[in-house]
Amino acid sequence: MSLSIADVHRIAHLARIEIDAGEAEEVRAKLDAIFALINELAAVDTTGVEPMAHAQDVTLALRDDGVAEPAASAAYQRVAPSVQDGLYLVPKVIE
Amino acid sequence: MPAMLAGSITEVARALRAKRYSCVELTQGLLDRIAQLNPALNAFITIDAERALADARAADAAFAAGNARPLTGIPIAHKDILASAAMRTTCGSKMLANYASPFDAHVADLLKRAGTVLVGKTNMDEFAMGSSSETSFFGPVRNPWNTAYVPGGSSGGSAAAVAARLICGGTGTDTGGSIRQPAALSGICGLKPTYGICSRYGLVAFASSLDQAGPFAQTAEDLALLLNAMAGHDPRDSTSLDRPAEDYARMLAGSRGARPLEGVRIGLPREYFGAGIDADVAAAIDTALGELRALGATTVDIALANVKLAIPVYYVIAPAEASSNLSRFDGVRYGHRASSYSDLDNMYEKTRAEGFGAEVKRRILVGTYVLSHGYYDAYYLKAQQVRRLIAGDFRRAYQSCDVIAGPTAPTAAFRIGAKADDPVEMYLNDIFTVAANLTGAPAMSIPCGFDRSGLPIGLQLQGDAFAEATLLDVAHRFQRATEWHQRAPTLAESTGSLPPEGTQ
Repeated sequence: MSLSIADVHRIAHLARIEIDAGEAEEVRAKLDAIFALINELAAVDTTGVEPMAHAQDVTLALRDDGVAEPAASAAYQRVAPSVQDGLYLVPKVIE
Repeated sequence: MPAMLAGSITEVARALRAKRYSCVELTQGLLDRIAQLNPALNAFITIDAERALADARAADAAFAAGNARPLTGIPIAHKDILASAAMRTTCGSKMLANYASPFDAHVADLLKRAGTVLVGKTNMDEFAMGSSSETSFFGPVRNPWNTAYVPGGSSGGSAAAVAARLICGGTGTDTGGSIRQPAALSGICGLKPTYGICSRYGLVAFASSLDQAGPFAQTAEDLALLLNAMAGHDPRDSTSLDRPAEDYARMLAGSRGARPLEGVRIGLPREYFGAGIDADVAAAIDTALGELRALGATTVDIALANVKLAIPVYYVIAPAEASSNLSRFDGVRYGHRASSYSDLDNMYEKTRAEGFGAEVKRRILVGTYVLSHGYYDAYYLKAQQVRRLIAGDFRRAYQSCDVIAGPTAPTAAFRIGAKADDPVEMYLNDIFTVAANLTGAPAMSIPCGFDRSGLPIGLQLQGDAFAEATLLDVAHRFQRATEWHQRAPTLAESTGSLPPEGTQ
């Protein structure tokens, strides 16, 4: 398998990382080398093997459906790039 | 008071209790040493002298009041991936260069409550993605044994700071070897606990099914003391295990005679002793195994047929989880935001292009690809299946042994820049460490020799889930019989002649 420049731009868009035309080839070559390493897996027979998502076979814990944390939105918004009236500001998304 | 050298936690605790010096004197002495040596090592991203001295005064008050605990007054530092409300949490990234966390990581909170003195936050590979601590936005960390070399990574700042005797202990996180490999390359001890033992609450997430916090120190005994404070159930981490409290130092007391490891079976996977291992590393491991046999342990050959696939499995699963975790850095709620953009999508793309370094971007792209439509089964599901095959190999191996031993890394430290442009070459440093993250089992590294250039070599000890006390016991018995862990780099004498950054 070899990635194309178009693949790089497609993945970069999915990941929301801007990659300009000048760096795309270097990114492509490095990703290709990484996938050459990863592609060793293709030859392994995994018929009937249950995928392992986690180290411990424990079910996620559920807590009671009650108030557990105090409201601290002011503290959390203090580190935001742009807020107003308790809202996070982003570029206009609706015309 | 002369500039201090950080002793082991056990020694320093004894000295503080005996009032040989106060904690304020100790802390000031270490702050002086940090001020002297950190410019050459770049081990710290943030140093907070005022706060450290306030902690030290509180510790002295605890000693005066007679309610000191095992870690009271012990100077430590946290890897800058642990959120702390008291000082910025950068994760080694431009993305979080000025991030002030509203909360403390659970393990940081536990160590604070245990009475430790927090000196600062240590440098690391950006978002813990690396094996050399070179990718930090704040510049590379340098190995105290030779500043032209890397200290290992990603927790290289904590490892270098403990190795240079700037602090008595430190924290790190280990997703694929990021505690054990820098411990090996810096000549100290580091432990990755069983997944779920230490809460991940407040660790900047890299790969959630693999990340685990753990301690660095000079000795196995010190690791046990730190782990005693760091472990414990935390409902804020849904994968934190709710188990009865355990004293990880319980097996370390007493001498047990000349053969304290009688009955301990050490497995030697043939896959860990093959081609690709530096001859000096192989010789040092061989000598260490001889020492363990002399202490009463028996060695048995074992096979881990699928462990050679651990690196490819890891480099699917870790980037996949990272691409998901790091999607939160969007320039909206915290962290860097690009200064100019055309619309919301473009703001995300520019923010992330500017805020992340090259290796972090690569891993996000790999993860995005393996999770994308049409590739999920071939990559992500396949990797999870092979992960189970690897876990099965270890489960079978532990039927015939208690501990698995081998090198922590295939070579001693490499030169700064030597592998920086070759990601795959860098990934292969983790060839012996990633399996423990995939299985979730505990593993540690302890010093066991030096290579021809005088750089330290680490012995890795792995155990089955919850075998920390046994691993620490084997390491402690080894350290009672040897003195590799007492070797420290001679930085004080060489400081004056260190060339400035970029000239080596």
